[in-house]
Amino acid sequence: MSQITTIAAKEFKDYFISPIAYIVISLFLIVTGWFFFSTFFIYGRADLRDFFSLLPIVFSFFIPAITMRLFAEEKNVGSYETLLTMPVSFTDIALGKFFAATAFVGAMLLPTLAYPVFISFIGEVDPGPVVGGYAGALFLAAAYSAMGLFASALTRNQIIAFIIGSALCFTLTILDRMLFFMPPKIVAVIEYIGAGSHFTNFSKGILDTRDMIYFISLVCIFLFSTHIVMQEKN
Amino acid sequence: MIDVQDLTKYYTDFCAVDHINLSVQPGEILGLLGPNGAGKTTTLRMLTGYFKPTSGRISVKNLHIPEDTLRIKSLIGYLPESAPLYHNMLVYDYLVYVAKLKGIIDPGKQMERFKTLADLCGLSKIMDKPIATLSKGLKQRVGLAHAMMTDPEILVLDEPTSGLDPNQIAEIRDIIRNIGREKTIIFSTHILSEAEATCDRIVIINNGKVVADDTTASLKQKGMQDSFIRLTLKGPDLKAARDLLKTIHPALDIRLTAPGEDTLVSLEIRSPENKDIRSDIFLAVKQTDWIILELVKESQTLENIFKKLTQKEA
Repeated sequence: MSQITTIAAKEFKDYFISPIAYIVISLFLIVTGWFFFSTFFIYGRADLRDFFSLLPIVFSFFIPAITMRLFAEEKNVGSYETLLTMPVSFTDIALGKFFAATAFVGAMLLPTLAYPVFISFIGEVDPGPVVGGYAGALFLAAAYSAMGLFASALTRNQIIAFIIGSALCFTLTILDRMLFFMPPKIVAVIEYIGAGSHFTNFSKGILDTRDMIYFISLVCIFLFSTHIVMQEKN
Repeated sequence: MIDVQDLTKYYTDFCAVDHINLSVQPGEILGLLGPNGAGKTTTLRMLTGYFKPTSGRISVKNLHIPEDTLRIKSLIGYLPESAPLYHNMLVYDYLVYVAKLKGIIDPGKQMERFKTLADLCGLSKIMDKPIATLSKGLKQRVGLAHAMMTDPEILVLDEPTSGLDPNQIAEIRDIIRNIGREKTIIFSTHILSEAEATCDRIVIINNGKVVADDTTASLKQKGMQDSFIRLTLKGPDLKAARDLLKTIHPALDIRLTAPGEDTLVSLEIRSPENKDIRSDIFLAVKQTDWIILELVKESQTLENIFKKLTQKEA
């Protein structure tokens, strides 16, 4: 357990030692802030619905950018060898890196808590969808981080890791908007596989265990795949 | 201490390590020699649990890979080739990170250990420097501190002196010899003098196979057996010199070395049974008016043995 925290703390700190953290966080705030507030006063609704509906798409590009270095960089520099020859299990390494990435996305979301505060000055904010939305955002962040981590474990090239990661996240994000093209028999299945409907439930303020299980399963599947890749790669 | 049996590693269809057998006794310093690409690094990587062997068995103190890989990892301190470290960390932060991962959690114990390591590896002045700014030799020392963090019984060092300047090489060698008094060390190198100076035993690998496995002393002894005499004469031509030498012993193997100046004849003479015939040569030459410029007995160096063993199959 302590080794997971050690690795997680180190990886989390690494983001803030290098300029990555500041660049990613500013960019994230600019992008979400612009898209959210550019239409906010037109609709005149005191809620965060647009912000949350935007989040899956934004995440599917930002999270792979955050996770791409986790394994690829270590493999490229060679420190992967030093890490793997220390008495640390593969599970601890994968979990440590996963928690670091998820925590970083949490840190990235932190400044956006200002939005509901500001909006509450303008009108009455319904706390349910906001709390649910943030809870959902964390679940989504965890799932996408696991996918990004998996993509990073596949290669030593960070750009390839980013592209694979975004492809995975983006597919899950837009899957439930593609239902139109699917044969009617499998629509329900596809809709369940896509992340969109599950996240929408959260952002409506509905905390359904089915949605939680969906995201937790995603995390488990991709962490397990990461573990397999780590074992098979050498 | 360490026992390796039939260790084999294939990279898809390229055989990097081919049925290697090795055993290392406690307290021994073992040098793994071989040309580039011979399989030294691959062998060490399998030994430290970084690579999975294709087949074969590795056991360290009765623990086996792959079942006990994690426990074996905690017994071995490993310095990979060119000491890959986290460049964005400070030396101190890095050591704290390594200490925690290797199970030294208590800050007091960490400090104690850091002090010992700083003295041993000469790190005290660079503790607060970012690793990225360190020179190669200093990085190597940080890597060495990493390997010795838990004071492990076994140290595996992959080309610890490659890319260092002569002073740094001497320093690293001193460190190895110092810690080698009580620890088992395996290190790979392709510098022969280094192996000769530091190792108790030398294993030479070529094309993934062990081609020699012997103590340093006995390898040298083997070199002695194949000795020859170098003779340089001023005066005679080649034929005259050869004729004179044949009178000492008809079965002498006489070879002309580099054709030097016109008036000089340089010869390499091998006598059957390796007898020392220097005095005979001197007495024979004394009868003539030739001048002896050089009369030396030379034994085959480790370098020649190495060349012979590693080039014959190529």
